[in-house]
Amino acid sequence: MDFRGGRNVVLAAAVVAALALFPLVAGKFGIDLVTKIMIFAVLALSLELLVGQTGLVCFGQAAFFGIGAYAVVLATPQYQAVSIFWLAPLAVACATLYALFVGSLVLRTRGVYFIMVTLAFAQMAYYVFHDTPLGRGTDGVYLYVRPSAEVFGVTLVNFEKPVSLYYVALAALVATFAFLAVLLRSRFGRALAGIKANEQRMRAAGFSTYAYKLAAFTLSGAIAGFAGVLFAVKDAFVNPELLAWHLSGSLLVMIILGGLGRLWGAVIGAFAYALLQEFFQSQAIFGDLAKHWLLGLGLTIIAMVALLPEGLAGLPAAVSRRLARKPARSAGGNA
Amino acid sequence: MATPDVLMRGEKLTRRWGGLTAVDEVSLELARGSVHAVIGTNGAGKSTLINLLSGEIPPSSGRVELKGVDVTAWPQPARARAGLGRSYQRTTIFPQFTVFENCRLSAQSRLQRPWAWWERADACALAVEAARGAAAKAGLAAEIDRPAGLLSHGGRRQLEIAMCLATDPEVLLLDEPLAGMGAEETDRMLELLAELRPGHAILLVEHDMDAVFRVADRITVMVNGAVIASDAPQAVRANPEVQAAYLGHHA
Ligand SMILES: Nc1ncnc2c1ncn2[C@@H]1O[C@H](COP(=O)(O)OP(=O)(O)OP(=O)(O)O)[C@@H](O)[C@H]1O
Ligand SMILES: [Mg+2]
Repeated sequence: MDFRGGRNVVLAAAVVAALALFPLVAGKFGIDLVTKIMIFAVLALSLELLVGQTGLVCFGQAAFFGIGAYAVVLATPQYQAVSIFWLAPLAVACATLYALFVGSLVLRTRGVYFIMVTLAFAQMAYYVFHDTPLGRGTDGVYLYVRPSAEVFGVTLVNFEKPVSLYYVALAALVATFAFLAVLLRSRFGRALAGIKANEQRMRAAGFSTYAYKLAAFTLSGAIAGFAGVLFAVKDAFVNPELLAWHLSGSLLVMIILGGLGRLWGAVIGAFAYALLQEFFQSQAIFGDLAKHWLLGLGLTIIAMVALLPEGLAGLPAAVSRRLARKPARSAGGNA
Repeated sequence: MATPDVLMRGEKLTRRWGGLTAVDEVSLELARGSVHAVIGTNGAGKSTLINLLSGEIPPSSGRVELKGVDVTAWPQPARARAGLGRSYQRTTIFPQFTVFENCRLSAQSRLQRPWAWWERADACALAVEAARGAAAKAGLAAEIDRPAGLLSHGGRRQLEIAMCLATDPEVLLLDEPLAGMGAEETDRMLELLAELRPGHAILLVEHDMDAVFRVADRITVMVNGAVIASDAPQAVRANPEVQAAYLGHHA
């Protein structure tokens, strides 16, 4: 589990400090890229709660993200800033309600059917924004004025400034991570772990597992919607691709790449995925081949997953186990 | 003795799988202070009967009563919270967790507080005590910090019982708890059953006849889903139909 020892806390503090100092040395491109990655890390964490911690493989996470993002844009009138303090709760509420609705239905299915049905509901939401007047079509919608963040006339954050957005995204990532780390140690978190390990036994012990799974699904949708809010405020633009299955699939790849079952995995996976994507898309490195970036990205990910079944976050554990195993074996130790 | 304190009652329970009637109009009562053994050949429907009583599967017909309340329509978790504990014939544990966490998580079902996201699960003294107590009773005190998946087969069977006890049930439905246990472990488990008997109503499905005759207050014999005899141990042993159908194999 995360935060097991003091070492992990030190490590986490170092990572946060490095991220906090990054804008001092980075240019506009770097700040923008890492802001985007941190928002996707929040989104990946929401999926990790379902897939890695509860054992529910959701293939429709992008829908909650997209709904959160669209809600921000559609609830903002042209030429007038709206306070983030009611815009964000409204958008998160929209994503949460959709997650509650979808969860109450899809959690009646299991395994492959669950994957398919979550995909189907996400596609449904995709078409609502893609093909109905509500979503205003394929081309997407601009957010003409970013929200305001004023308390008693004092502006707390200026969302027009990329550096401010960067720190908002960092704070959101730290808060989400800390919240989930605490949650996973609580009774609720342990119950989810039990459901993942053996749902039958959990029911025999007296846990109404459907209610637990629905709570996890809804919470996950709320966090994904929150990531969507951040994304809409950052890009000031939304389009239906935010809800597309491509994104849902990429998110699954992120958390698998990073390592399922560890919160760190989702964060590392989001960074690794985005950086690999930037690398293979780079004209400077690959020239014309950069057009075929998906091929390079795909092959690399397949290789990494094959070599590291526990993901990048499992790398230290795998290495120390390998180091520990050798002497044990030569001493005729345990299998 | 006055009227027995019946905690669980099955009435004309029937369960069909397609054309097969796995449990056929079985009625039985489990009273506090007694061990009720259910014996029968392989495929007689014993595990299915436990599944019907515990709510794991719904009956095709019949009804189930728990502490005087009709719980036929209750889902399994609700019955468990009302004081029903069961163990599985095929070991059903959390192999990745330690023995302690297996028991603690089971005990957590008594005080779930799922909304308290800021409280550490292992800070709940009630669950921690119940878990340690249950592990000790089942003879696992020395292995409490081991991952459950690394236990011996007998150890897993003990853990199966410990997890059931950790939920502090009043009715225990035990599906072949002694299968795969050594002689010493069997003795200890039978002692434990005797110790639990006064406060609990126990249903014991078991193939080990010596063990059954040592602890059972009453024995029900099933053949092809139906009850052919249900009586005190000596009467069952003497029953010619039972001898022909079942005990004969062992004689
Ligand atoms: N899920 C199921 N689907 C179809 N048939 C089933 C199912 N579960 C059990 N059965 C059948 O019901 C009958 C009773 O099975 P059950 O497991 O209750 O027997 P049992 O008395 O516990 O046997 P054993 O001593 O081998 O454990 C068997 O014929 C079995 O094949
Ligand atoms: Mg059986």
